[in-house]
Amino acid sequence: MSRLLAGIPLRGAVLLVALFAGLLVTPRFAGDYLLTVLILILYFAYVGQAWNVMMGFAGQLSLGHALYVGVGAYTAAALFIKFGIAPWIGLLLAIPLAVACGAVIGFLAFRFGVAGVYFAILTIAFAEFFRIGFDHFSWVGGSAGYFLPVTQYTQNDLWRLRGNPTMFYYIILAMTVALLVLCRVLLHSRLGYYWLAIREDEDAARALGIDTFRYKMIAVSLSAGLTAPAGVFFAFYYNNLFPEQVFHIARSIELILAPIIGGVGTLFGPILGAFLLTGLAETLTNLLHAFGVETPGAKQVFYGVCLLVVIIFLPHGIWPPLRRALGLDPHGGEPR
Amino acid sequence: VPAEIYLNVAVGGLLTGLVYGLMALGLSVIFGVVRVVNFAHGEMMTIAMYLAIVLFAAFKLDPLVMMVPIAAVLFALGYVMQAGLINPFINRPEHMQFILLVAVALIMVNALLIIFGPDAQSVQTSYSFDSFAFGPLIMDATKAYAAAAAIVVAAALFAFFRFTPLGTAIRACADNYAGALVVGLDVKRLYALTFGLGTACVGAAGAMLVLFIDVTPALGPVYTLLAFVIVITGGLGSMPGALLGGVLIGLTEALAGLFFTPSAKSMFAFGILVLVLLFRPQGLLGKRAS
Repeated sequence: MSRLLAGIPLRGAVLLVALFAGLLVTPRFAGDYLLTVLILILYFAYVGQAWNVMMGFAGQLSLGHALYVGVGAYTAAALFIKFGIAPWIGLLLAIPLAVACGAVIGFLAFRFGVAGVYFAILTIAFAEFFRIGFDHFSWVGGSAGYFLPVTQYTQNDLWRLRGNPTMFYYIILAMTVALLVLCRVLLHSRLGYYWLAIREDEDAARALGIDTFRYKMIAVSLSAGLTAPAGVFFAFYYNNLFPEQVFHIARSIELILAPIIGGVGTLFGPILGAFLLTGLAETLTNLLHAFGVETPGAKQVFYGVCLLVVIIFLPHGIWPPLRRALGLDPHGGEPR
Repeated sequence: VPAEIYLNVAVGGLLTGLVYGLMALGLSVIFGVVRVVNFAHGEMMTIAMYLAIVLFAAFKLDPLVMMVPIAAVLFALGYVMQAGLINPFINRPEHMQFILLVAVALIMVNALLIIFGPDAQSVQTSYSFDSFAFGPLIMDATKAYAAAAAIVVAAALFAFFRFTPLGTAIRACADNYAGALVVGLDVKRLYALTFGLGTACVGAAGAMLVLFIDVTPALGPVYTLLAFVIVITGGLGSMPGALLGGVLIGLTEALAGLFFTPSAKSMFAFGILVLVLLFRPQGLLGKRAS
């Protein structure tokens, strides 16, 4: 515990606890709409953090993370619908399957020296391969979609994940906090330092005796496995899955926006980015709605402009300069 | 299924593949010289396609004739993008360049969605349903014209790089960045020119493809990926490789559509990509990087 907290300035710890406490009591005051927005924010914070393990920590750019979300979602949904297996048990298959997908991509890429842009394109190609594959996979509905039975939300069934938004809110909050803690532990472990060495200079890392292949494989597999629970959450929260939605490249891009805007490789970046981006996008949607404009695509143009502005003016994201301004820079060399 | 059906489908795929090749040629030229991967390539092609559709709908201007002005507009767009946006990113890490262009692509595709809506639009020319018959072989007139135009544009580009001083200067930048600076070449301007040439290729290809493809804004990312697949298959930076890759992918897609189902055809293109990345990562005609 003391190791976990070491290096966090008191002010930072207080702010973090205050934020967490605020999020804990929010459902007491918030209406359903605000709650659904917060669920969306925490969802993006979670998947952004999972992606961050691969790109932010180990420096491997994936543009196909929708694949792992989709594999998790379809696995748990199929087990639930076909065999009545609860999603918590479904996770036990969803995570290994996503890990296997990540490991196959990683193995093919790293063994054969596919790196940089080529690696990113390989991840897109695999996600697209699965999108088209699931379009023709009629056992889980094909392109017509796959639907979970929706019942009246009179009672929350935590075991079968059938319930009202408040239940889903607490689940995704718990997931996000757990992943934040896990990532902090990882980043300050031997594994984390190896990853940073690989990210900064892979040749130098290898020269120091780090088995770069092995640690890149761990990063890809772990990131894939951590993304899968978000897919399970997605399936049971939205109750419908379409390959064109779940596996689409637009989803893969969407889920990397929060960490990029917040700060790639930082622990709080994905969370900050998710709050800023989703919060602003929802505000924009509401404003447009208030003026009677219903334009599909407006939100995405906004995302694009945000991404453009951040990558040009704040290439390391918003969190690092904000952290400095708040006087929260960690003691003893937190990366970036 | 009679044998000539296979032949006809294969020839159709080959002709489409030549246009794909021209599109990919643009991506390859940009990467070969500027060393930036244009992630907005397909999106820029859809812009060209909508230009062709608007010109046809408003003034009945044939896309094949409008190919030249459309390519010129796309040249200007590419030039401005490289000069204004990408040049400052030349020395930044690869993933930042990538994300910059992802942002541009995101804006382009959704701006098109806002302007033109999600429904498919197409161009119906007087020769849309014409065909040429050579014995049992039947060839769509639109595809034949488009393929011929693609060959002409590609040949012009080859000649430009081979025989003009400007083309030689651009090749010098590609071969040796520092050397080009030393001999006094204005590398940034040459980069902008190259990016413009690449996007002009994709603009010309877009004007040809509207003749036989229904256009939606969602095509942008699809063609970006297709261009990547083709260029990696043929060899990044290799101009003949891009054309060869285009023909190969065009042929594969056409035959996969016939043997299986048309909606699954890109799975086969991705399959080829994975095989190439594994067994010949430099591409069919690419040189092995040291």
